[in-house]
Amino acid sequence: MAENNGTYLIRGASILGAGAEDLLISNGVIAARGAAAAAHKDAHGATVIEAAGLVALPGMVDVHTHLREPGREDAETVETGTRAAALGGFTAVHAMANSNPVADTAGVVEQVHSLGRAAGWVDVRPVGAVTVGLAGEQLAELGAMADSRAQVRMFSDDGLCVHDPVLMRRALEYVKAFDGVVAQHAQEPRLTAGAQMNEGAVSAVLGLTGWPAVAEESIIARDVLLAQHVNSRLHVCHVSTAGSVEIIRWAKERGINVTAEVTPHHLLLTDDLVRSYNPVYKVNPPLRTDADVQALRAGLADGTIDVVGTDHAPHPSEHKECEWAQAAMGMTGLETALSVVQHTMIETGLMTWADFSRVTSTAAAQIGRVTDQGRPLDAGEPANIILVDPAARWTVDPAKMATMGRNSPFAGLELPGQVVATFYKGHPTVLDGKLNTPYRESAAAAAGAS
Amino acid sequence: MKHLLSTEDLSLSNAIRILDTAEEMAAVGDREVKKLPALRGRTVVNLFFEDSTRTRISFEAAAKRLSADVINFAAKGSSVSKGESLKDTAQTLAAMGADAVVIRHWASGAPHRLAATDWIDAAVINAGDGTHEHPTQALLDAFTMRRHWSKLAGSASIGADLKGMRVAIAGDVLHSRVARSNVWLLRTLGAEVTLVAPPTLLPIGVEHWPCKVSYNMDDTLAHGVDAVMMLRVQGERMNASFFPSTREYSRRWGFDDNRLRALDSLGLKDTIIMHPGPMNRGLEISSAAADSPRSTVLAQVRNGVSVRMATLYLLLSGETREPAATPGTAASNAAHSTKESN
Repeated sequence: MAENNGTYLIRGASILGAGAEDLLISNGVIAARGAAAAAHKDAHGATVIEAAGLVALPGMVDVHTHLREPGREDAETVETGTRAAALGGFTAVHAMANSNPVADTAGVVEQVHSLGRAAGWVDVRPVGAVTVGLAGEQLAELGAMADSRAQVRMFSDDGLCVHDPVLMRRALEYVKAFDGVVAQHAQEPRLTAGAQMNEGAVSAVLGLTGWPAVAEESIIARDVLLAQHVNSRLHVCHVSTAGSVEIIRWAKERGINVTAEVTPHHLLLTDDLVRSYNPVYKVNPPLRTDADVQALRAGLADGTIDVVGTDHAPHPSEHKECEWAQAAMGMTGLETALSVVQHTMIETGLMTWADFSRVTSTAAAQIGRVTDQGRPLDAGEPANIILVDPAARWTVDPAKMATMGRNSPFAGLELPGQVVATFYKGHPTVLDGKLNTPYRESAAAAAGAS
Repeated sequence: MKHLLSTEDLSLSNAIRILDTAEEMAAVGDREVKKLPALRGRTVVNLFFEDSTRTRISFEAAAKRLSADVINFAAKGSSVSKGESLKDTAQTLAAMGADAVVIRHWASGAPHRLAATDWIDAAVINAGDGTHEHPTQALLDAFTMRRHWSKLAGSASIGADLKGMRVAIAGDVLHSRVARSNVWLLRTLGAEVTLVAPPTLLPIGVEHWPCKVSYNMDDTLAHGVDAVMMLRVQGERMNASFFPSTREYSRRWGFDDNRLRALDSLGLKDTIIMHPGPMNRGLEISSAAADSPRSTVLAQVRNGVSVRMATLYLLLSGETREPAATPGTAASNAAHSTKESN
């Protein structure tokens, strides 16, 4: 489809999985919905997208992405990672702070932010480090990052746990000054020294050092009580155990301001896969048991877990083509997230597409304080929209992905659902299931003036 | 059978086949000329990422008695210590035409990686990987037990299993590849296994294993046992709060002189004492126990060569090999972690 004046008439899309309606996108916003769309003055000359059978959803917002730039451009760049994000149906990603240099200053978060704007595929929201150099010793300049052009609201030492209880308390208190949130990577370091995989029946047989569930759960239990004590906002990254779900459910019942995320891979895969010793299954937190998978699904369905976060973690091949113990932890996820969530949550009857939009977009945008994303698909709202073909089926082939990472644990798996189009600020970054062109601020401004 | 990676997936028929072949190989060791031409022209690489002189020379003797060419590749002092990856090392060996790779590695699962990838198309023999498995050790232990058990029954070893034999394995099960390989193989051969260890040195999940678990050595002996296998206590466990002190460990879980006497007073005259070596005399086993007529320690060493000959012979003889994999490029850091020296 050729470039046009930035006006698109989406015909007959199932809005959040409900009845078919039209949507008119013009000047970066949803100009009209329903019968008013075709009748709208801007509809004349609009590019028409026939969307019968497709589901229209708000653009997905990832609360947990590793874009690797600056520092590990051999693994991923902001450009390649955000191309993958757009193809996966995302219009915003939160870029984790464990780059090199660490995103622990206003300078680095502004660099990542501007790289994201230059790429133009999604809104790149840098996450600031909680502590200087992720070292867990001294608070980073959280306020400076909050006040920077990147307007950081989420802070995390992800990859490492803020395990010092006093430091965690201070961080939770301090971010209240600018409505921030501390996203904790819950992993008690002493209980996980040298840990390689979930501790249980499989680790016993494989002789791989166990990573006990209690190492995650004890930190979450401590942190929800700290969040309650200082009346602040806590986000728990990549919840992986049934016990963690129970603790968060308990905390929410008590009114504690905690949110939680689960990754697509923890919704589908179990530690039985480690029997192959194939490091593509090595991840932090580790794959757990089927009982954990079922508890995570139930927790996501009932709202105990608020969002899906990909924890997209690309690695160069040499970091996976080695012994298990030598391999890097992490899996790619941006281009498979929608399909895995559809497979595990929608096709199992646990969720509707409206629920899907809550856990992949609305709640995620609220956690990150991304005000123009995760919005209803109504007239006047920003046009961050995806069109999904829920009937499509495809076989995962990491070699064909836009991410530089080839470390997808879903390789060879047939999954449902395909992102047909992604509109970011009214511009189609993806059309016909393929990358189109990035959003350009000047082009949009010009279109708006015409 | 293309590789020998673990005893967990070793069938009863293959286990018996290896043990029976080992009996034939043992006969070669008793001859004046201890050599067979079976593997002439074949190349066996001993790829050792972890020091283990005992296991390495056992495999070397086994390969040489079968007339194979042997290359010893020790990670220390080689390109591996300069950061060459397992993949590059494997591809190098493939390019040199290795027919079998005997791999000892500190990382659990490293032999599985060699076998599962296209880095090298050689027979892979696990000579001990991390805290996972050490299948030839379990096979030589089973060979030793089978000879003893058959002798007691007054029957031939060939074709026999270990049905009804009561075996206690005592010590650091958590970190022991020997214990794991023995549990699976002894299960397959029909023996009844009891693990005896402090709770700190048993893995979470041991309740799913096909064996009994006891925290009490004396109770285990009193219930009757036909073989007691003592596991080596690694030095690095001693200061990591797995047990309060070496003396307490020795008193509660070691095979000391009192327990040696207890075998006599319990009427267990045929019970053997096993140890994979190297022993910590005075810690997990007393000198009197190690040197007693019940001890099979040296028989185990001797049988190790026979079992490894059988393994090499069965994996390499008469099989056609595919061409080696195409080389690629990769590099990663080789770092060393914990070691187990048996």
